[in-house]
Amino acid sequence: MAEAASHALASKDKVPGSASVGPWVGQSIPRVEDSSLLTGRGRFMDDIGVHPGTLHAAILRSPHAHADIISIDTAAAKRAQGVVAVLDGADIKALTSSLVVGVKAPVECWPIAVGRVRYVGEAVAVVVATDRYLAEDAIDLIEVQYQPRPAVVDPLMAIKPDAPVLHDGFNGNVASDRVFRYGDPEQAFASAAHRISIDITYPRNSCTPIETYGLVADYDPGEDAYDVLANFQGPFSIHAVLSRALKVPGNRLRLRTPPDSGGSFGVKQGIFPYIVLIAAAARAAGRPVKWIEDRLEHLTASVSATNRATTLSAAVTEDGRILALDWDQVEDCGAHLRAPEPATLYRMHGNLSGAYDIRHMAVRNRVVVTNKTPTGLNRGFGGPQVYFALERLVQRIAIELNLDPLDVITRNLVPADAFPYRTASGALLDSGNYQEAIRRGVVEGKLAELKARRDAARTEGRLYGIGYTAVVEPSVSNMGYITTVLTPAERRKAGPKNGAQATATVAIDPVGSVSVHVASVPQGQGHRTVLSQVVADVFGLTPGDVRVNTEIDTAKDAWSIASGNYASRFAPAVAGTAKLAAERIAGRLARVAASQLNTEADDIIFAGGQVRSKRNPDNKVSFSRVAGLSHWSPGALPDGVGQTIRETVFWTPPELTPPDDDDHINSSLCHGFIFDFCGVEVDRTTLQTRIDRYVTMHDCGTILHPAMVDGQIRGGFAQAVGAALYEEYAYGADGSFLTGTLADYLLPTVIETPEPFIIHMQTPSPVTPLGSKGVGEGNCMSTPVCIANAVTDALGLRDITLPLVPAKLADAVHGAERVAPAGRAGDDIQKQGGDRKLRGEGEAKVGAPAEQVWAMLLDPETLKAVIPGCHSVQKVSDTHFRADVTIGIGPVKGLYRANVKLSDLDPPHAVTLGGTAEGALGFGGGEGRITLTPTEGGGTSIHYVYEAAIGGKVASIGGRLLDGATRVIIGQFFAALARQAGGGSAGSGPSLFAKLRGLFGGQR
Amino acid sequence: MSRLQAKHRHDVRFTLNGKPCAGEAEPRLLLTDFLRHRIGVTGTHVGCEHGVCGACTIDIDGQPARACLTLAVQIDGCELRTVESLAPAAGRLGVLQAAFKRNHALQCGFCTAGILMSLDTFLREHPQPDEEKIRDVLSGHLCRCTGYAPIVRAALEAAAELADQNREKTDA
Repeated sequence: MAEAASHALASKDKVPGSASVGPWVGQSIPRVEDSSLLTGRGRFMDDIGVHPGTLHAAILRSPHAHADIISIDTAAAKRAQGVVAVLDGADIKALTSSLVVGVKAPVECWPIAVGRVRYVGEAVAVVVATDRYLAEDAIDLIEVQYQPRPAVVDPLMAIKPDAPVLHDGFNGNVASDRVFRYGDPEQAFASAAHRISIDITYPRNSCTPIETYGLVADYDPGEDAYDVLANFQGPFSIHAVLSRALKVPGNRLRLRTPPDSGGSFGVKQGIFPYIVLIAAAARAAGRPVKWIEDRLEHLTASVSATNRATTLSAAVTEDGRILALDWDQVEDCGAHLRAPEPATLYRMHGNLSGAYDIRHMAVRNRVVVTNKTPTGLNRGFGGPQVYFALERLVQRIAIELNLDPLDVITRNLVPADAFPYRTASGALLDSGNYQEAIRRGVVEGKLAELKARRDAARTEGRLYGIGYTAVVEPSVSNMGYITTVLTPAERRKAGPKNGAQATATVAIDPVGSVSVHVASVPQGQGHRTVLSQVVADVFGLTPGDVRVNTEIDTAKDAWSIASGNYASRFAPAVAGTAKLAAERIAGRLARVAASQLNTEADDIIFAGGQVRSKRNPDNKVSFSRVAGLSHWSPGALPDGVGQTIRETVFWTPPELTPPDDDDHINSSLCHGFIFDFCGVEVDRTTLQTRIDRYVTMHDCGTILHPAMVDGQIRGGFAQAVGAALYEEYAYGADGSFLTGTLADYLLPTVIETPEPFIIHMQTPSPVTPLGSKGVGEGNCMSTPVCIANAVTDALGLRDITLPLVPAKLADAVHGAERVAPAGRAGDDIQKQGGDRKLRGEGEAKVGAPAEQVWAMLLDPETLKAVIPGCHSVQKVSDTHFRADVTIGIGPVKGLYRANVKLSDLDPPHAVTLGGTAEGALGFGGGEGRITLTPTEGGGTSIHYVYEAAIGGKVASIGGRLLDGATRVIIGQFFAALARQAGGGSAGSGPSLFAKLRGLFGGQR
Repeated sequence: MSRLQAKHRHDVRFTLNGKPCAGEAEPRLLLTDFLRHRIGVTGTHVGCEHGVCGACTIDIDGQPARACLTLAVQIDGCELRTVESLAPAAGRLGVLQAAFKRNHALQCGFCTAGILMSLDTFLREHPQPDEEKIRDVLSGHLCRCTGYAPIVRAALEAAAELADQNREKTDA
């Protein structure tokens, strides 16, 4: 059916933009977007001016992973300079409705904590002030009392019966539990020679665009209408969620996007709860409110890909043919099931057999909530999680059956003559020739040479391995796939959902110049350039003649729920729809031209800026003259032509049907193919992984702009290298977030990012107008597991978990690190069981008798002098003190409010000191037992043993520094106490130290 | 050194892209916010505000610097160059910018201004760099779109072109 054409896109063999004639599609013309971006004239969200009087928001966030909010005191913040409004959960709840949750369950989902926080970073209060600096000042004045609850961060722990429960409306922490059966998996497993299984956990990560979220919201009480400008990326199905949450009809929520957006990769879908939050704040403040997310907020609380625990088993024949798969997936969506989750789990539902011809399948899908940031769209969206399990399993099959991994891949591929191929779970693989793609990949990518490199390296004793992956890359999501999470009965009740409406408008102005508008909301993918190529080809113009606008304004533009930039839908759906819109106008213009040129419409061609007769090229008229006629002289148009001014096309492929009653779902329209292999070397000493060579073979159908396709592949590959080797949104067992800066969440730089060798093949899709398929997400699916397979090959490992940081590989290679030798008496601090509990003990000797030391411990003035960084101590009762302290941990210095209580008093021998400290940067709590023993010569030995825990932002920033810092601070306390006691005479009166402090103003 | 009052706005006079410029800033105001929202040059972008991503890199007195780690009041008397200075004329691109466009060395363009400024200040001092040096300079920047390879190519091409231009100038 499809004619495959090899198309190696070396960057030098065609000078981009050198051609001056069409057809333009297929040429790497210069991007129309670039000149403004290169000269600082981009118009990103925060580059656009705002209405005078616009206010600025800052958000107070939870330092706790799971806690009840006992009280929020905003009085001081409301009095602060510049503050116009302070809103907490109750205020927002009064102005909005709960966000829709994607499963049928009686749970609520608010854009701010209402009564309880469920993840570190969850919004607790919003301050609206005249500038951002003042808003942040006021944030520090809000006092929140929390009652912590136990937290759960591991999805497999979350489904245990004794796990802390996040939401009462779910069954435990399970939001959804569905079982699927396709073909006869039981029979296949019973009859197969082997059952081979793998357990994997896929970590949390995010594509982290360099531009963060930003929006400006305004509310007009006269019309009860909101106007929001946000760097949201779609899908615009979310518009319905937003208007419902803001309690207005859709036509009273005008949602617009700025001209430029600084990367998204799915992530900017996750801005939508903030749209509700800031829009409600604007309503409360009575003025427009702007909010720009900062990087720390973004890393902690924007959105994350799901982490997933999967057990995957295959029924395998003796020669490595996979007869059936048995999937058991436990998907971790974080603390709330925000729209469109649990879509990550179902996006790949039709593709659970990957590139393979597997007719029988059993699936159990569980969706669980944990005390982590809610999840959402991220490049690859479900693909990395699925293929990490499937392609690790294929490698394991090869190892267990002593086969070549590439043989196991090729033996199981969908046959080349089977397209269009319906998978067991319902996807329609539209076109391809996987065998040919692999053959070319092996030859052009020089696999034989790579194997020789590996063998040579191994001969020298180096750790070198090769990994392979073959994946199907789905694109253009069926808006109905998510309903596969519902039972057929629930679906019948809810009504059918399916399709993928793409829209494009082509318009011609009075002088015949052409404009195009699409609701595609790009974030750097060059949509404007490609659309100018596509439409120029239809009209016989140059791309420079066509001006394209990709902003969206839901009040004025053609759009649908499927609008936006996700699921790699631009090239297959949006660009094709623009072609259809242009062709409709061209068809009518051909009739206009035919009547002017005295010929038939089918004799008309558009070329070189003219409309002319094919048979008689001299019989012609300029494009602009024909094109403008509908404006100037509609009466001169032939009967029945209508107008040629503007045409909007809505296109949805008929192949995207709703799930059937047996849960078959064609989850995506197009399916590209990728075959990757790579050679990696792991350093024997440092266990650092170096990618020696990476080959990636793509068949994404017809290529519209070769350089942009390669750009998408390189960009996806770089993010996948990060996911494989460096990136993880890491949490402590108590739910504290450990990777809150770009110094902790490590993104690959140019040094860590090799250039992949890219090979192309083009098997056009029969189901898209231009024959193209999506290409942007594939390497995020194929590359992490390909690198993991290579590293396991290098190290001879059975199991492996991403990211492949040296410490993890060291554990795998050398076994877990030995526990440090049992402590020196004193200050060794141990982390036990992965929690952030710090334990230690120590001793200090002072030259004062125990009675005096005892009195000092109970004296606010002494405590003020000896607590490091203490500004004030307030005595609440004889055994309860409040203190304000400034503590610096690493580079992060912050003000904390501490509560210290004394208990188990045994004067003057022993006392237990318990306390908590909370501040904008985090919280800590601990308890210590202090024992006083008289020593010879009238002194006292103070022995202390303590247990402390630190969490919140400070834990994420200073994770590695915490142990040492805690030790130092506690040490300082006792050293100061000793100094204070030793410096004073046996009687009363301030110590020398205290006198000096008084002299120099008292504050540290 | 004079002591600045925390609550007051202070005069900041400096040279921006060759022209005198002045504004007022509280001592805590970041240079990024000052340039973007008080002076109105928005080409310099903010990506992390903790000095890692490099998007806000500008040229201060000939040295590349993170504007997000600089206070506005610190640049009093300094010479600043931002991405707005790189084009020789409206509607034209400089050598480095043109090389970026030719090589598709940008996608979303958000990190690009910082990268251009780092490379521009570097190439002024090091007219004939090898690839390793270019990569070393670029390692101070995060780009999430391109995978870096086209940026390296663009920088090398620009360096070669600039070296040719210099040679012609010297020969002439």
